[in-house]
Amino acid sequence: MPRLADRQREFGSALLDPARPLPWGLVGPDGEPSLRRFSVYRNNVVVGLIDALKDAFPAVHRIVGDEFFKGLAHAYVVQEPPASPILLDYGAGFPSFIGKFEPAAVLPYLPDVARIERAWMEAYHAPEAASLDLAGLTALAPDDFIDIGFSLHPSLRIVRSPFPALTIWRMNTGDDEPALVDLASGGEDALIVRPAAEVEVRRMPPGGAEFVEQLAAEASVGEALRAAARCDEEFDLAANLAGLFEAGALTGWRLKAQMTDGKAA
Amino acid sequence: MLQHRKDGTIPARAGVGLKPSHCREIVASKPDIGFFEVHAENYMGGGGPPHRYLTSIREHYPLSLHGVGLSIGADRPLDRGHLARIRLLIDRYQPGLFSEHLAWSTHDAGFLNDLLPVPYTAETLQRVSDHIDQVQEVLGRQMLLENPSTYLAFAESTYVETDFIAEVAKRTGCGLLLDVNNVFVASTNQQWDPFAYIDSYPLAHVQEIHLAGFTREEDEKARPLLIDTHNRPVDRPVWELYAYAIGRLGPVPTLIEWDADVPSWRELHAEAERAEAIMLAVGQQEMRHAAAG
Repeated sequence: MPRLADRQREFGSALLDPARPLPWGLVGPDGEPSLRRFSVYRNNVVVGLIDALKDAFPAVHRIVGDEFFKGLAHAYVVQEPPASPILLDYGAGFPSFIGKFEPAAVLPYLPDVARIERAWMEAYHAPEAASLDLAGLTALAPDDFIDIGFSLHPSLRIVRSPFPALTIWRMNTGDDEPALVDLASGGEDALIVRPAAEVEVRRMPPGGAEFVEQLAAEASVGEALRAAARCDEEFDLAANLAGLFEAGALTGWRLKAQMTDGKAA
Repeated sequence: MLQHRKDGTIPARAGVGLKPSHCREIVASKPDIGFFEVHAENYMGGGGPPHRYLTSIREHYPLSLHGVGLSIGADRPLDRGHLARIRLLIDRYQPGLFSEHLAWSTHDAGFLNDLLPVPYTAETLQRVSDHIDQVQEVLGRQMLLENPSTYLAFAESTYVETDFIAEVAKRTGCGLLLDVNNVFVASTNQQWDPFAYIDSYPLAHVQEIHLAGFTREEDEKARPLLIDTHNRPVDRPVWELYAYAIGRLGPVPTLIEWDADVPSWRELHAEAERAEAIMLAVGQQEMRHAAAG
């Protein structure tokens, strides 16, 4: 008689690998082995996870079609089953997996579309935080402005793409009709944030993604400005800051020297 | 009428599993329904619309919390982090009931996203009882254990399912969630008599009932094989078995589970009303018997 530990190790391994034989002693009502009955569990695990990915990556699903998506998702599920029972966390590695999935190589923008969808899902489930109002900065002396750092909303994500991935994502979301997209039209960077109930997805102006990533790494406005200008000479500080306030992307500020968080710093 | 109980006790009425597609309508229209149930794992994100809606709904309705990932039937130790997250949800939402499954899902390869069956042996009995002791200690409350829907049997099993469950309840003091659809699915698949299953079930421990729809298939020997799919209305024989169970138990909080191909709110609510009508009819029958006696 197998010990429980061995039984479950063998059962689970055979679930994920259809090439393995039916484990001993899994029987129908006549006491005889039944592969068909074991296959119900195999199917439940794999189909359940494929469906979870379909829900989390609807634009990828729409772009490649149901049959291709099932093949892609099946390959991912077997290689990277979820690490935890929290399925809303599942699929973090899916965009990178798509990038390595040979049959999807003809759609080079697909991993970035998947990154936008993943960022959207993360923003959706992220912790709540109150966005910073521009009025909260009025106490600040103009000379000090360049030395402050900002705290970013916990739901904020940036996806940078050398392709028009945001345009492609948008036209495969909701009721929009897909149209021809010129892949050589240049890259797009997306800002994904959920300041209140709704996830918002915006296209970042030139250098904007670099600016926000610098702020996220605790750079001051001045440091982030220099990095963003190096990245894109068209970088416009005022327009970018206004955009971030408008998006509700900032939650607090601090003088870099003091490193104290919040509006009253 | 809306009967909100501040203490969150689940009334002996019908409720439904809360689905995201219904939240807006529920918050807006405040339908008359006994309670809602949610899967704990779907509320383990930091924030967002799921928590916003659940907070709002909890202000008006009792809530039951149903875990699907604790893997109580696993040989390996329980995930303490996961148990702590359940504790946090319980502290936050004060559910009237917390339930989990007689099943396992954890493996070296990762989380196997299904409720996998356990062999009914003395070793499993010990392991399951230890795990339930630990859950009840960490959560500081009684949990309910749900009977499984099974598709196969283990050759090494030495207990019948109802005896196994009765022994777990006796050893741990846990309550039971009687899933009547699972009784029908497992009984068909294992060629048991579902009514005899109810008769031999430790009914004194039952605090909640689940009802759901199943899918009909066949195994390789053309024997019926029912799959617990939760994707359609409750089937006729399951309603009959439910009426039988209610006849034995009296009214019990009863949940309609509909998790895939989710219908309109109206259709789901109608399923709950049907369960409530059965509870009412059985109750009136008993009153007539009492009056006649």
